[in-house]
Amino acid sequence: MKKRMSILALMMALMLTLVACGGKKGEPTPPAEGNEKVEDIKVGMVTDEGGVNDQSFNQSAWEGLQRASKELGVEAKYQESEQESDYAPNFETLLDADFDMMWGVGYKLAGAAYEAALNNPDKSYGVIDYSYDGNDDFPEGTPENMVGVIFHDEQSSFLAGYVAGYTTKTNKVGFVGGIEGAVIHKFEYGYTAGVDYAAKEQGKQIEVIRQYADSFGDAAKGKSIANSMFQKGADIVFHAAGGVGDGVIEAAKEQDKWAIGVDRDQNYLAPDNVLTSVIKRVDESIFKQVESFKDGKFEGGKTVLIGLQEGNFVGLADSSSKNVDGEVLKATDKIKEKIIAGEIVPPTDSQKYEEFVKALNK
Amino acid sequence: MEKKKNRFVMTVLSIILGLLFGAIALKVSGYSPIEAYKVIWLGIFEKPKYVVYTIIRATPIIITGISVAFAFRTGLFNIGAEGQFLVGSLAATLAGVYITFLPPVIHAVVCILVAALAAGIWGGIVGLLKAKRGVNEVISSIMLNWIALYLSNTMLTVSSFGFKRANSDSSHKILESAKINLFQNWKVSEAGRAALANNKLLKDVLTPPVNAGIIIAIVLAIVVWYILKHTTLGYQLKAVGYNKDAAEYAGIDIKKNITKSMFIAGAIAGIAGATQVLGVNHQISILGASEGYGFDGMAVALIAGNNPLATIPAGLLFGGLKYGGAKLNSSSLGAPSEIINIVIGVIVLFVAMPKLYDKIFSGIKKIMSKKDRGEQNV
Repeated sequence: MKKRMSILALMMALMLTLVACGGKKGEPTPPAEGNEKVEDIKVGMVTDEGGVNDQSFNQSAWEGLQRASKELGVEAKYQESEQESDYAPNFETLLDADFDMMWGVGYKLAGAAYEAALNNPDKSYGVIDYSYDGNDDFPEGTPENMVGVIFHDEQSSFLAGYVAGYTTKTNKVGFVGGIEGAVIHKFEYGYTAGVDYAAKEQGKQIEVIRQYADSFGDAAKGKSIANSMFQKGADIVFHAAGGVGDGVIEAAKEQDKWAIGVDRDQNYLAPDNVLTSVIKRVDESIFKQVESFKDGKFEGGKTVLIGLQEGNFVGLADSSSKNVDGEVLKATDKIKEKIIAGEIVPPTDSQKYEEFVKALNK
Repeated sequence: MEKKKNRFVMTVLSIILGLLFGAIALKVSGYSPIEAYKVIWLGIFEKPKYVVYTIIRATPIIITGISVAFAFRTGLFNIGAEGQFLVGSLAATLAGVYITFLPPVIHAVVCILVAALAAGIWGGIVGLLKAKRGVNEVISSIMLNWIALYLSNTMLTVSSFGFKRANSDSSHKILESAKINLFQNWKVSEAGRAALANNKLLKDVLTPPVNAGIIIAIVLAIVVWYILKHTTLGYQLKAVGYNKDAAEYAGIDIKKNITKSMFIAGAIAGIAGATQVLGVNHQISILGASEGYGFDGMAVALIAGNNPLATIPAGLLFGGLKYGGAKLNSSSLGAPSEIINIVIGVIVLFVAMPKLYDKIFSGIKKIMSKKDRGEQNV
């Protein structure tokens, strides 16, 4: 007993000396930022509560910035938010650290990013998944030093719905959403419209079961929702629900049904059960913006719409060819062309969806 | 008195140990601890603005800390502060949006009272269940945390309520009259703009959403401290906490006191939610998960040794670490801000192990006394 005590005391003394030593030397900064390269452009981003390792768009955005740092030589950093009240101070922190371009990742940061952009006209700002134009909350539109980037998620979801409509054997498919909101509605109604379109072409009825998980992280809930959908007879479930989707894909794997992934190619999670994935290349889009900023070609004051016509920023994953029937894929390509040509306009909300269905059944 | 002093020394030691472990974690992952702590330190104290941000960050967790500390003093573990916070936020927002006829200040006070009442009832349910049915307050309050989260989300997602603002996943903003921000109107007025343009310090201080929250927190801390220390109510509540049977024998109605205690704890946590809505966010949003104000409050109460007054420095320490620590990511160091969670975790761990210190102290004493006597066979 005595011995143990003395060892403990010794350890504490040792620790103290260790710290004391460190204090005197004042070591230089080790590896991470070692090289001398003079970086004149600093690009930062503020995440929402998901953090930078969310397996979803925060991570994707950060990957885009890291690529920019590697290929363009800009300095890239991020600030994570833990709470809604962190958004504004985080932009403030980046501003004080003299960043030149600052991104808010996700529509939740739209308000804080807007304020920051208005107060600092000599800096550039960007926001993902939000448009200030034609928006009652922001009658002034997008500030001149700011760009909003939004994706035509409904277009790629429409394609996924179309594929699902041709692949289903039970004429029942499912949709699992995260938390209801304008962004997820684009996935929901785009997908549903795609299914309806395929059903119309085949002259049959396909039912879409839709449910929200009220979460973007609860995988167990995703699994139970998907399982109940499979029990009701659905054989394909599409998710637009972040981490909830992990559970959806797991359920598909266990029951040997189909799941459709989102944001990134999720085929690697279950190679035989992920039919296709709806891609949203946040990283590419941010990279493009940073590139044009670096070249002095940054154009603020507008919303950049990224749709199928922009190439592979949105669309279906390349791995689709593995599980989707070749004929169906060919037909899907035709639909894609029609969307690009504007012949088909996938709906983004419930009202537009009603109109779409009316027009379809005429 | 001796015990109190020990307690203080112990807390300080724990904080040092926490920082030490953080330093080791930093060192192991290849960052200079000195540089990292410098970033945090400057992140809190370099500009007056940062200090203000730290105080704003600390305000809600000081108040939830008071709530947890109060409940703990009365023998209850209020793990439900999280849910009570959410209910308080929801109630304050509803009152701030839909009560339209009240003048400023009075409107804010009404919002806070409504929040306190709603969250008090939320906490009171837990107390009532425990008093009447013997349901463990930890279990029922954890369950109520989830119910509060989904209640708040449902209010926003069901569009026919009309509570949600279009094109967003947040509620309507509360009315100007309900805000507890200070100098906000003056800041954007012409005289204010002119004055700020000439006074850099003042402009710096007023950039963050300065609000009366911290004043409310300090007043609450004093009131709760006073109730516990100098009133019959406090005496009864504490007596129930110390020894239920003895309290009952002495003629105190335990059931009533348990419910009362949880009601008060809930009301305090609800006020935390209200100050955050009225002073900082001005709205509530659909949440994927709780934001952790209640759980942070538990850590604050622990560090404060469940002393309501001590929650103020403990909350400021916590808020400072969180606010300053977040800057690690974007600093030239690029160190992960998660380090802060390690530091806080270690502090809480050591604070929660008072026995360890007793052993260490008595061990050191023994060694000392042996050395005095010249014994070398340790």
